[in-house]
Amino acid sequence: MDAIILQILNGLDKGSAYALIALGLTLIFGTLGVVNFAHGALFMIGAFCAVTVQRLLTLSFETVDPEKTDFLGQPLKVKTPYIESWFGPEVGTAIIDWAVPLAILLTIPVMLAIGYVMERGLIKHFYKRPHADQILVTFGLAIVLQEIVKYYFGANPIQTPAPDALTGVAQLMPGVVYPIWRIVYFCFAVLIIGGVFAFLQFTTFGMVVRAGMADRETVGLLGINIDKRFTIMFGIAAAVAGLAGVMYGPINAPNYHMGMDFLVLSFVVVVVGGMGSLPGAVLAGFLLGILESFASTTWATTTIPGINQIIIYLVAIIILLTRPRGLMGRKGVME
Amino acid sequence: MFGLDRKDTALLAIVALLTLLAPFILNPFPAGSAMAQFNAGYPDLMQRFVIFGIFAIGFNILFGLTGYLSFGHAAFLGVGSYAAVWMFKLLSMNILPAIFLAVVIAGLFALVIGYVSLRRSGIYFSILTLAFAQMSYALAYSVLTPVTNGETGLQLTLDDPRILGSSATADGSIPVTSLFGFEMRSATELALGPWTFTFSVGYYVCAVAMILAFYMAIRIFRSPFGMMLRAIKSNQTRMNYTGLNARPYTLAAFVISGMYAGLAGGLLAAMDPLAGAERMQWTASGEVVLMTILGGAGTLIGPVLGAGFIKYFENIFSKINDNILHGWFAFMPDGLEDAVVFLLHPFIGKGWHLTLGILFMLVVIFLPGGLVEGGQRIWAWVTGKNRRSAKKRATTTEPAE
Repeated sequence: MDAIILQILNGLDKGSAYALIALGLTLIFGTLGVVNFAHGALFMIGAFCAVTVQRLLTLSFETVDPEKTDFLGQPLKVKTPYIESWFGPEVGTAIIDWAVPLAILLTIPVMLAIGYVMERGLIKHFYKRPHADQILVTFGLAIVLQEIVKYYFGANPIQTPAPDALTGVAQLMPGVVYPIWRIVYFCFAVLIIGGVFAFLQFTTFGMVVRAGMADRETVGLLGINIDKRFTIMFGIAAAVAGLAGVMYGPINAPNYHMGMDFLVLSFVVVVVGGMGSLPGAVLAGFLLGILESFASTTWATTTIPGINQIIIYLVAIIILLTRPRGLMGRKGVME
Repeated sequence: MFGLDRKDTALLAIVALLTLLAPFILNPFPAGSAMAQFNAGYPDLMQRFVIFGIFAIGFNILFGLTGYLSFGHAAFLGVGSYAAVWMFKLLSMNILPAIFLAVVIAGLFALVIGYVSLRRSGIYFSILTLAFAQMSYALAYSVLTPVTNGETGLQLTLDDPRILGSSATADGSIPVTSLFGFEMRSATELALGPWTFTFSVGYYVCAVAMILAFYMAIRIFRSPFGMMLRAIKSNQTRMNYTGLNARPYTLAAFVISGMYAGLAGGLLAAMDPLAGAERMQWTASGEVVLMTILGGAGTLIGPVLGAGFIKYFENIFSKINDNILHGWFAFMPDGLEDAVVFLLHPFIGKGWHLTLGILFMLVVIFLPGGLVEGGQRIWAWVTGKNRRSAKKRATTTEPAE
């Protein structure tokens, strides 16, 4: 029983990342009808926002401590981050320690801006082009973004540790211990997903967007500037991907190709959930995450060797062939 | 000639001539001169040009003609490589049976994957092929280690049986791949004044294979079967309504292009007898997509151009470093020179992927017909035949449904 709960928990944190990325993908697809292969790159940029914040906070100046010497006998150079000298050592260290959560503050505006620029500058010109062209141009964009990040941050993974208070494990119930940060990540994901749904469900803006998703032309004919709202939705989708990336840093050290790795799986998730269905994307994200974690148990891998590697793809193939619309797909979307 | 009309014969002749004379054409700079690093006329790179040319020609038969965008084509290339290496291990070091088996196995593999994937079209097809390819990659890396030798990759060893050959040569080393006694690695050098040209057996084997593959592609493009594939691309629904089942045609195209990929994989293994799982990864599939689009999807010569272009950049462009740039811009005043080098720095050397990505985006945005369309436009601009070629373009870039 404990093992089962543990596997479900294990699945939830990976599932949260899948769900968040898939949610963004579906938002873009449902509103603009664009298949965005650069979404993984947005996730990656989010993670590198955390790296940036961490680097900014630890910008330091060097002073020479006359009292101590290093092992060569020369006066010891001490690096003090500016933050520590401004706010005093204690507050300063605390701020640096909380770099990842603080990065959220930077990520949201940055990602909104990137999303806005991407939509206005590039994607806008591809609405009338075939889906293959959209895939290709966003694929190209993903390569470009990835290479830019690689140029500035190097090819190696960069550690972005979670705050000390949130590292370590928690005893959830007797026999079940679980890393705290993963629980935080799950709660965070649920919060964001809830936020996006609430935004779409309970605000006028969201109502208009939903109407636009159902019938874009009619909404346009009613004199509503739906394009502008869809652009903002693109920004929000980018922000969701970025937030998923920022908080994922402590689980898996960010590197420049992490987005591509997640993208392939997220597409599979979107297809399983049903193209254009928001609840489907979230549901499929968590389901596949849990399924994957169950498939990685020793019991499963000894029964069917290699099942943990292929389970998601296998499920996707079966779903696509038996339920072409996915779990919760609407009729008439991309058939 | 060969059942082609005059224009196609001319095209085939040009391609054949260019491939066969490649050791000369790709070596325009004398050895030892400052520009010698831009010579691409060494066997290893030339082999890559033609092998990936074959791969892209095959991919184009599927994507260019039917509009089905496969994101998992590298799987067939990988399977072909594995099959060929196994043939070298078990049978003999002659490359013919190995390449034959590579093509057959890749074809069968494509038949299975195509049969399932072609039930859906559009983005779903892309994702299905992607899923299959990633599955093959993951399996080759982990569970299928007895067959694929996992992370290390499949290699020849001294204790392989090699029924029709010998396990080891007289001096106790692993025998090299050959075609009836002609070793793939052997090469002759020809020195003409300051120039040195290398002619390798391996390259010419690949070149002949590519010319044959290209000829096959022309025949397919011009055949009724090719017409049918184009009809599917332009409007599959209408095809269905006229009472025609499109799936056998798309499946045939899929299998043919899978066999081309298998041929390319077999040749890769024949040139260098090892096979690794990373050949099947989806980035490798993405690369062939890049090649085809960059060159011009749906055109005959485009994929070959694209493959050559990308492989040239990958091997030559990536060698440029800051010192070379400084050499180029030495005529500028010092400050300006440094500024220019600083600006260009992210795009050269290791950053060539960035250049490739930007180039690819520009092509997709402004030149949906790829380099071929660019060439046509320039040609039309030079000769002033704007209207005629514009009309032609409109028919070649029909959207895929």
